[in-house]
Amino acid sequence: MNKALVSINNVKYKYPGQEVYALSNISFDIFEGEWLAIVGHNGSGKSTLAKLLNGLQFPEEGTIFVDDLKLNEDTVWDVRKKIGMVFQNPDNQFVGTTVKDDVAFGLENHGIPRETMVERVEDSLKKVKMESFLDQEPHHLSGGQKQRVAIAGILALRPDIIILDEATSMLDPRGREEVLETVRKLKNEARITVISITHDLEEAAKADRIIVMNKGELFREGIPEEIFQMEEELIKLGLDIPFPVKMNKQLRQRGIQVSKHYLTEEELVAELWTSYLKT
Amino acid sequence: MDILLKDVEYRYQANTPFERLAITDVTIDIPAGTYMALIGHTGSGKSTVLQHLNALLKPTSGTVKIGDREIIANRKEKNLKSIRQKVGIVFQFPEHQLFEETVEKDICFGPMNFGVSEAVSKERAKACIQQVGLTEDILQKSPFELSGGQMRRVAIAGVLAMEPSVLVLDEPTAGLDPRGRKEIMDMFYNLHKERNLSTVLVTHSMEDASQYADQILVMHRGQVLKRGTAEEIFSEPKDLIELGLDVPEVVRFQLKFENTFQTKFKKICLTTEQITDEVAAFLKGRDS
Amino acid sequence: MMEKMIFGRYVPAESVIHRMDPRSKLLIVFLFVCVVFIANNFWTYTLLAIYTFGMVGFSTISPRFLYAGLKPVLWLVIFTLILHVFFTKEGELILDLGLIKIYEEGLRQGIFISLRFFLLILMTSLLTLTTTPIEITDGLENLLNPLKKIKFPVHELALMMSISLRFIPTLMQETDKIMKAQIARGVEFSSGPIKERVQAVVPLLIPLFISSFKRAEELAIAMEARGYRGGEGRTKYRQLSWTSRDTVMIIVLALMSVLLFLLRD
Repeated sequence: MNKALVSINNVKYKYPGQEVYALSNISFDIFEGEWLAIVGHNGSGKSTLAKLLNGLQFPEEGTIFVDDLKLNEDTVWDVRKKIGMVFQNPDNQFVGTTVKDDVAFGLENHGIPRETMVERVEDSLKKVKMESFLDQEPHHLSGGQKQRVAIAGILALRPDIIILDEATSMLDPRGREEVLETVRKLKNEARITVISITHDLEEAAKADRIIVMNKGELFREGIPEEIFQMEEELIKLGLDIPFPVKMNKQLRQRGIQVSKHYLTEEELVAELWTSYLKT
Repeated sequence: MDILLKDVEYRYQANTPFERLAITDVTIDIPAGTYMALIGHTGSGKSTVLQHLNALLKPTSGTVKIGDREIIANRKEKNLKSIRQKVGIVFQFPEHQLFEETVEKDICFGPMNFGVSEAVSKERAKACIQQVGLTEDILQKSPFELSGGQMRRVAIAGVLAMEPSVLVLDEPTAGLDPRGRKEIMDMFYNLHKERNLSTVLVTHSMEDASQYADQILVMHRGQVLKRGTAEEIFSEPKDLIELGLDVPEVVRFQLKFENTFQTKFKKICLTTEQITDEVAAFLKGRDS
Repeated sequence: MMEKMIFGRYVPAESVIHRMDPRSKLLIVFLFVCVVFIANNFWTYTLLAIYTFGMVGFSTISPRFLYAGLKPVLWLVIFTLILHVFFTKEGELILDLGLIKIYEEGLRQGIFISLRFFLLILMTSLLTLTTTPIEITDGLENLLNPLKKIKFPVHELALMMSISLRFIPTLMQETDKIMKAQIARGVEFSSGPIKERVQAVVPLLIPLFISSFKRAEELAIAMEARGYRGGEGRTKYRQLSWTSRDTVMIIVLALMSVLLFLLRD
């Protein structure tokens, strides 16, 4: 087992002036190199969780450790170097007047010397395949391109973790695929840990592990196969189940046995094919 | 009310150095009572077409016929208001248009602009707020203290209260969670059925297009590429895939199944039930 | 109309003026605004005009474009001229048309003052035409840096300017979108009595304000998440480079100022 990069212990949080706790009794670990999807309907507390991880809010009770560093007001700037965050609205996180200025923004904040900056700006933009857009202004970019620039801005700081806070929910399918593909590549090549807050179940199905949030509590935690076992429960929570799982269920109702819950169409077809050949 | 676009061309910032051709040669007829889905990539011209449906944009060449009104390129048009009452548009992220102090006032804003009395507008507000799945007590609240999903519904109610005979929807569910998405899409479908509303849906979701629309129009690079029923459009999925567009997951599964099993089902399936029936029949067919 | 206005627009090119350091350009414009007032006779104004047109020439911006763009402002210049010509009653009478009397001093002042006005407009437009807004911001930040000693928020000001520049196009798109949404709900922005038209702005402005606040909030969070905590300890990515070209340009202007002093009455 990889070591726990982030550990969250009994965290409680409520927004100022609110009665209801946005998060209560949350405890879990995030492991190095994994892709963790946090799912839940709007208002389930999943975005609040992301804000706590990055020290944009501090828990009322409980502790959060990031890479053995206890998150508090003194350590928050060091933690922010380790955790990069991509937000939902591509426009409202683009600070620079051009692509390269935006990527440099985080570096400037951390006082990185200029020579290093120039190198890292180009290098990070290459990693997200935006190197030919160096001098572009943001209003000439698509949503997916803006999000990739945001990712480059994070990469430039050499983080351990990237949090995608519904980062693809405002994009068209093409933009969504661009962004996810970029993150997948980074996860594999640069061993970056990914925390994806999403209600895109297709995306969650491809994660290493899923956490389901409901009403500010951790409802269930497990690998995708386990999570999607609870079909009806997920739907009751306002979520959906991926198409192959729906098919599994319907096939079973028609008397065709499928050995387990497949999460991709390929796997399901492959299993049907093998059992077809056997009989 | 019928809508007909004939040979429509539109150029943004025409006659300036920044001129850009957005759509060309677009001919579309939308007879009363149609549910039409417009699909295509961002930038394929869908939004431009949509804005012609209630004369927000006027063609730079060609004609648009909305009911008995005809909008002809290069002609001064007056009193477009009557068109706008009949064709309601729900824009993407419609919650951005809310501005009144209370939800009720915001919903009444549209109808009252079109000369409906305050009393009648308030009646409509009550009916519409329920239609979009909210309760009456929300009417006296400020729209800005609501959640994002509730704001979206209020904004939609504001368009419904105009009682249009054509409803144009520009990705009305973008950014919502799965349950919210399904509720809103079902509501629009019911309205379409109950009031015989023409509905034009611009969407990226092939599932929505195949599930709700009786006509699908594929736009590509400012032109109409294809038009037909969901069966017709998705029975040639390769064309769509070549354009880099998605096909519904059911269709995708069918293609993979047919490929692996070297078979071909009689028709293209559009629902999970249909495909499971076909697959089950195929697998059992060999058993017997 | 809006498309033709060139005030505040940047025209990309590779001219000498374009490649100058924004600081030297800002300094030159600032100095120019001062020395313009030294001129008070035919020779000094001629010198100023030669200098200004020389700069325009170096910028490679087409005179026709400049003329078309400055046309609306030219009316103001002509208006200034007329005002002075008709209402200054000093010096010899040169034309008497009964009601309208034109005096020598009036003509002289009219021409000089409107010329001064025109040259000022030309020089300042030249600055914005050849310098991107962000360069101007950087230049200003750098020039104002000494003011940090008296706690003047130079960095914050520059950041505010650059963020505003960044969001102008976004805000324009947003305005267009909300306007269309409200037109679709029956608002008429461009017809009807004045009172109604003024009222029609409310459904446009309130959503714009609200979305701007929301943007500001989200942007602030995003900036914080990216490690922003004020100007302290920040390095800069964009760099300004002062070359000998800039020094020469400043010297030229200084020499001209000296000449102006010598030539004035």
